[in-house]
Amino acid sequence: MGKLALRLTAVAYLGLLLALPVGFVFYRAFEHGLGTAWQSVTTPEAEHAFWLTCEMVAIAVPLNTLFGVLCALVLVRQRFRGRALLSAAVDLPFAVSPVVIGLALILVYGRDGWFGGWLLDHGIQVIFSVPGMVLATMFVSLPFVVREVVPVLREIGTEQEQAAATLGATPLQTFLRVTLPAIRWGVAYGVVLTTARALGEFGAVSIVSGKLAGQTETLTLHVENRFQAFDLTGAYAAAVVLAIMAVATLLAINLFRPKERT
Amino acid sequence: MIQVEGISKRFGDFVALENVSVEVPDGSLTALLGPSGGGKSTLLRVIAGLERPDAGRVLISGEDATVTPARKRGVGFVFQHYAAFKHMTVRDNVAFGLKIRKRAKDEVRTKVDELIALVHLDGFADRYPAQLSGGQRQRMALARALAVEPRVLLLDEPFGALDATVRKELRAWLRRLHEEVHVTTVFVTHDQEEAMEVAEQIVVLNHGRIEQAGPPRDLYELPANEFVMGFVGPVNRLGDGLVRPHDLVLSPDPGEGGVEGMVARVVHLGFEVRVELTLGDGSAISAQITREEADALEPAQGDIVYVRTEAPRVFSASESERPAGTPWAPTTRDPAPASPRGRAATPSPGQRA
Repeated sequence: MGKLALRLTAVAYLGLLLALPVGFVFYRAFEHGLGTAWQSVTTPEAEHAFWLTCEMVAIAVPLNTLFGVLCALVLVRQRFRGRALLSAAVDLPFAVSPVVIGLALILVYGRDGWFGGWLLDHGIQVIFSVPGMVLATMFVSLPFVVREVVPVLREIGTEQEQAAATLGATPLQTFLRVTLPAIRWGVAYGVVLTTARALGEFGAVSIVSGKLAGQTETLTLHVENRFQAFDLTGAYAAAVVLAIMAVATLLAINLFRPKERT
Repeated sequence: MIQVEGISKRFGDFVALENVSVEVPDGSLTALLGPSGGGKSTLLRVIAGLERPDAGRVLISGEDATVTPARKRGVGFVFQHYAAFKHMTVRDNVAFGLKIRKRAKDEVRTKVDELIALVHLDGFADRYPAQLSGGQRQRMALARALAVEPRVLLLDEPFGALDATVRKELRAWLRRLHEEVHVTTVFVTHDQEEAMEVAEQIVVLNHGRIEQAGPPRDLYELPANEFVMGFVGPVNRLGDGLVRPHDLVLSPDPGEGGVEGMVARVVHLGFEVRVELTLGDGSAISAQITREEADALEPAQGDIVYVRTEAPRVFSASESERPAGTPWAPTTRDPAPASPRGRAATPSPGQRA
């Protein structure tokens, strides 16, 4: 009885909180037929938003993966003053609201910001353009790879790496042949989370983008734009595209994952 | 040959090694023996290049290797917890060093097959470490270390994580392997029985210093100080001296210099009999006598017997506190006077450190 109640509670909670609303989005997107939905996601603005979102992901995810693995190595394998501070700093994007992050970026890179003016003089516009949006996306999705890799690194310890060293491997060979394969599922899961976060980022990007349809509008901003314009089918259909992209990432990772060995 | 000269190493306030000097002859099988925290693992890691000493030099085959990185030292290292590459099969684990050295594929294959046969893992080549038992994993780790034909094989408590039966088996096996491969081998252990059984030379380390070094028999028969005597076998305190249980003679009459004792317990160990006695001053000692001696004496609980010994060892304070850094080389000592029963050391299990 107790087990059944527990299971029902979990299912009901997830159902009401997740499945029902998401399901409803799908329903509303295809309410007027597949054709209408398809049309509304193939407008020039929608297509541009789709590709811009892809661009954000394509830049932010690899950079954050690279940085995340390096940062995790530093946090786990090195002892130095300020390590705790670095660890806390990595979590900052979790703690700070994306809106604040957006405003902070404007303070630094905006026309009147610290080096926004200097950058503008050299022909680089950060705020209200793509570079600022990439920065915002990277900022909010930064902690995921670090947080996924740190516990795995801690668990595998250093003995395998020392063994590799005594067998003649250089530090780079050791990393590529021993450390990376050992942490690969941590990295993969971090990449999935980073991608999902980058796809769905709204607040910070919204502030630094200026929301120019067809120019600085990502898919999430496009959803809002359509919603504000009472184009509900357009909004829901774009939302479905976002959901499909996220699910596809998850599936892709699982596809490459070998069957669990005992 | 490995020469360690005046090595010191601290971890914060903890002194792991203090001015330690050791020589390991080519082709020998040497044990670093001592209690945990005594510095033996640190010394092994310094030799391997996994730890950088604060002072001193390490010479391998006459070359100064003190600052040479581990990967260039030509050492094979075996870890207590195997350090198996979990994402690789047994074959890939063993082949690792050869692949790093970019050897030809056929050569790698032949060599790996050879080694897998040598460590009796035929048929397990395509398994992953998680599918092997502890003993099998450790044999795989040995094959992996041997694959690169190291000048020196270093083993850090190699059998420490295994259960007693497997440990015994692997000890005998390591001994045979050494006779077959004949690579200079140093292994760390806290188990004196293991050191005695496997090693040709034993270096006893305690508090970061060498207490004594020599062949197992020397350590047992001619311990340099109280610590070594107590560490490598069971001891009794009789007056000012220390004596092994089997160097005690029991008789029913006082004779000359016999010490009176009351039999507290008689334990039959098969070939030998252990007689536990309480002396007049209340101290307890145990004597180990043969079955014939026991049959003659017929000791029973509560009997009064007299204890004598020919050679109690008395260590002066200076001997028990050897100065740090006394260099050691495997010199030939005067042969130890064989004990009446002329037996190898087989101390009781309770005496393990």
